[in-house]
Amino acid sequence: MMSLFAQVPVSTPEIQWFYLAPILILALGGVLLITLTSVAPVMRGRHISALFTVATGVLALAFLPFIAARLDGLVDPVAGQGGRPAVDLVSSALVVDHFTLWVSGLISVAVILVAVMLDGYLEREGFESPEWYALLLISASGGVILASAEDLIVTFLGLEILSIAVYVLAALHLRRSESQEAGFKYFILGALSSAIFLYGIAMVYGATGSTTLTGVAGSMTGRNAAGLSPAVDSSLVMVGIALMLIGFGFKVSAFPLHIWTPDVYQGSPTPIVGFMTSAVKVAAFGGMMRVFLVGFGGTFASDWRVLVLFMAGFTILFGSFLAIVQTNIKRTMAFSSIAHAGFMLVGLYAAASPVAIGDTGKRAVLFYLLAYTFMSIGTFAVISIVGKKGDGNHSIEAYRGLAKREPLLAMAFTVLLFGQVGAPFTAGFFAKFRVIAAAAQVERTEAYILAGVAMLGAAVGAYLYLRVVVAMFLDVQESPSTEMADSADETLALVEVRALEVPPATLAVVLLAAVVTLVLGIFPDIGSGALAEAALALVR
Amino acid sequence: MIPALAQSSVLAAQTAFPILPALIITPLLSAVAILLVPSHRQSEVRLVALAGSTITGAMAVWMMAAFDKTEAGFQFVVNEPWLTSMGLNWHFAVDGISLFMIVLTGILFPIAILAAVPQHDSKAYHAWIMVLMAGSMGVFMALDLLLFFVFFEVVLIPMYFLIGGWGHGRRIYAALKFFIYTMAGSALMLVGIVSLAFLTASRTGNALTFDVTQLAEAQALGTTAQRLIFLTFALAFAVKVPIFPLHTWLPDAHTEAPTAGSVILAGVMLKLGTYGYIRFGVYLFPQAAYDLAWIFLTLGVVGILYAAVVATMQKDLKRLVAYSSVAHLGFIVLGIFTLNTQGLTGSVFQMVAHGVSTGALFIMVGWVYERRHTRQIAELGGLQKPAPIFAAAFTLVMLSSIGLPGLNGFTGEFLILLGGFQAARWWTVFAVLGVILAALYLLWAYQRVFHGTPTGDNIDMPELKASEGLVLLPLLVLIVFMGVYPKPMLERIEPSIERLVAHVEANVDGFIEPGPVQVPERPSDAVTLTEALEEAEKKAAREEGEVEDSVDEEGREASLAEGETTK
Repeated sequence: MMSLFAQVPVSTPEIQWFYLAPILILALGGVLLITLTSVAPVMRGRHISALFTVATGVLALAFLPFIAARLDGLVDPVAGQGGRPAVDLVSSALVVDHFTLWVSGLISVAVILVAVMLDGYLEREGFESPEWYALLLISASGGVILASAEDLIVTFLGLEILSIAVYVLAALHLRRSESQEAGFKYFILGALSSAIFLYGIAMVYGATGSTTLTGVAGSMTGRNAAGLSPAVDSSLVMVGIALMLIGFGFKVSAFPLHIWTPDVYQGSPTPIVGFMTSAVKVAAFGGMMRVFLVGFGGTFASDWRVLVLFMAGFTILFGSFLAIVQTNIKRTMAFSSIAHAGFMLVGLYAAASPVAIGDTGKRAVLFYLLAYTFMSIGTFAVISIVGKKGDGNHSIEAYRGLAKREPLLAMAFTVLLFGQVGAPFTAGFFAKFRVIAAAAQVERTEAYILAGVAMLGAAVGAYLYLRVVVAMFLDVQESPSTEMADSADETLALVEVRALEVPPATLAVVLLAAVVTLVLGIFPDIGSGALAEAALALVR
Repeated sequence: MIPALAQSSVLAAQTAFPILPALIITPLLSAVAILLVPSHRQSEVRLVALAGSTITGAMAVWMMAAFDKTEAGFQFVVNEPWLTSMGLNWHFAVDGISLFMIVLTGILFPIAILAAVPQHDSKAYHAWIMVLMAGSMGVFMALDLLLFFVFFEVVLIPMYFLIGGWGHGRRIYAALKFFIYTMAGSALMLVGIVSLAFLTASRTGNALTFDVTQLAEAQALGTTAQRLIFLTFALAFAVKVPIFPLHTWLPDAHTEAPTAGSVILAGVMLKLGTYGYIRFGVYLFPQAAYDLAWIFLTLGVVGILYAAVVATMQKDLKRLVAYSSVAHLGFIVLGIFTLNTQGLTGSVFQMVAHGVSTGALFIMVGWVYERRHTRQIAELGGLQKPAPIFAAAFTLVMLSSIGLPGLNGFTGEFLILLGGFQAARWWTVFAVLGVILAALYLLWAYQRVFHGTPTGDNIDMPELKASEGLVLLPLLVLIVFMGVYPKPMLERIEPSIERLVAHVEANVDGFIEPGPVQVPERPSDAVTLTEALEEAEKKAAREEGEVEDSVDEEGREASLAEGETTK
């Protein structure tokens, strides 16, 4: 045997399995879950799939500090990463650095929280299927791949693994036609955007002759005074970058690629929407930051950041203003998530600016992702509870008098909503503050205007969250907009609210999210070491 | 030797107990305690709220006693790191400008809690009031720009719930309007704050800081940048004050708010705007404040006259008081943008005086509503007959709001006009008309509500209860005390104001504080100012007879007209 091995030349790249642990744990966890539930009927018991998923998420999370310690202990950090600790894996297909770890951590947390929320949801809806959890885990592994990919092909791979699992999840509520419709819509538009994205990769490859981010960045450095590089066809690169921006813009639901968001959010199973707003958004922003800041961060940054500037401004305005006229809470929150994506784009714009001092922009986006992960999962956990059996009770009217029936739930939801407003002493405030600060640091007129637009959008957006708060706390007797609130309707609504069943585990998710929102708002210094490391890892 | 020793002992006492954080934490803890009280023991909720606010108020008064009046700078400083990577600190301190705002907050809250009982949900109501108290305390002592912004915004949330949950009539509309209006106003201020911090950091090469004193000393901005950033601040404060034409949220919010909400809104929260102009607008952007002063002088004067005219036309007593607030705050804005010691000192004094007298007015209007279930002036009348003591107390409060010499309203208004005459003569000439108009609308309202023969339910108007009298008494005492003997307040306010004016003089080209009231031999202007004030009071007292006569005539005419219409 030994001699046989010795004769075969080793052509596969050396793989440092330890650094791949988060991806492997999440992906294998999903596969294992499906396999086990097929062969061992005992695995099909109540809560077991959820527990398995949570355990997988916790395991992935538990590896992160050790990987961080190993990274920091590296004697010779990769030279291409500007002296920051990073490890290239699988012949430079993936890179593990502190940025990867931050994104992996957020995705793992999202998996854990969504799995807990999903447990109560599936029990209420009468599904006993492990495939929800398996898809969740596989999608999460795709997200981690996306954020750690150092090769555009792997980026695409991660994007597809992430997305396809979520397309299925969106359609998985088999008894609701809206769910099927949402899944279908998401799939068609998602596939289109993936195709566009791939076309962009092809163009960039055609111009630069490389698919690795460092290769792409390296081939662009020789740009002359006229803005043209003798080695690179600038217009081809620009078109490629624009097409890839469309691909990412679709995933993060940025203007003008946000149209699908309200429809898909409205139709998809509520916990899955929580996953879309947290893990999918984190992964997409992670991938976007790595590709654009590392790959296109050098020469072409001044070109594409103008696009990001306009995208950011219009995304915030559209999200905030269109949310006002919605009556369905899931649609409202969809527009709110669009607005939040706009804020993160402001951070990305700042990160792409030629500012030598600090990396406020990158830190702003990463902190925003942290804050929004908790706030959005908590919010959709509440929506999932109030949605009731059939997942259809989503008008804002359904929240009327919630404070009387479920005071704890209503209080936690209020914290989450005020967090999304950006009220002081919540994580949302510091998320917005960091983004605005990053924009101000650019010290350009258009950046100031963008910051002003963003803040005005936030003020307008406050109305949509306050409407829900009004419904929960204040508006028990009469409706603010219509005076003709039917008294019969009223009692009906109250009876319905009274019949709310609140799974303790889901309530725990809501409370945890609310507590994190408050703690990060009062002690914003928590985790800022890791945040700074993660931001520094992205060197242009 | 001995004063030095005394001072050091004061300092020792200051370092021993962090009084400023305690002023924020005590109300917060009582809010938590309120939430922990079982729901069926509603009376204890009130007791906890009262105890918490009274202890906080007592601490504020104690702080005033321990305040070193010879020191113009900041005292009781607490400076702890908050978000180190962005240069944020928990930086709290008080000086003569913020001291009385904090004391006013400490006094008004227990009184507001005592003055009105909520109709329902006593627990949530009192918890929100205590959170509001903590926020109001914080906003007046924060010296980190972002910390200030945080408190400036955070007070919106409890007030939003108080108006929306326990208000009258169109309460939800008023609450939403209040929240969105104020939030939109301050949205750009956040951009201004971070721009100021980053621009200063990059111009001076220092580390990023949001510390107000450091930013004010640096003065690193160019003219355009300074003006633009000043305007973002000014917009936020203008909504809060509110300055004409951004005042439209105020009548709704004030009228629909529960009594305690109105008292706190008028007494404390409107002052956030004027305080902001002094502490941040003038201090951080002296050149811009000087260059653009004409805008605010004009808007202030327009506000005074406009609000007075509108107040005269009001049919709702509470709305009338609300508009009178707009007029009074116009005076304060006028005083601030004179940028001289008299005007600014008068403004700070008037902020406290307005808080006390308008607070008392709202409390009494609330009691009228409790007794008669209407605030319509037309449905009230002749209340003086069944309730003479009530009427007498109302008279005193109203006269202080008009600015009768010897009561607190006069001192501040006089100083503002004194400063205004030196810095902005013609604006002041028009502002003086506002004093006359104030007499018109308040006396006319008083006449319609309290004079004449009571009819209908007005005959059975209950008299002021002893308990209510006790609630009102501290405010009445303050009204008289501040009018008769303003010196203890003025001598604490003035050093800090002089320091501020000196800062403006040092940083504005060609600006020298005008004014004849400068006696170089004395260490402080306090004595001379007080003397000037006393003299002016004597003078005004001589003229008072004439004013009263004319008012009486007006009153007679009005009653004649009324008589005719009834015939």
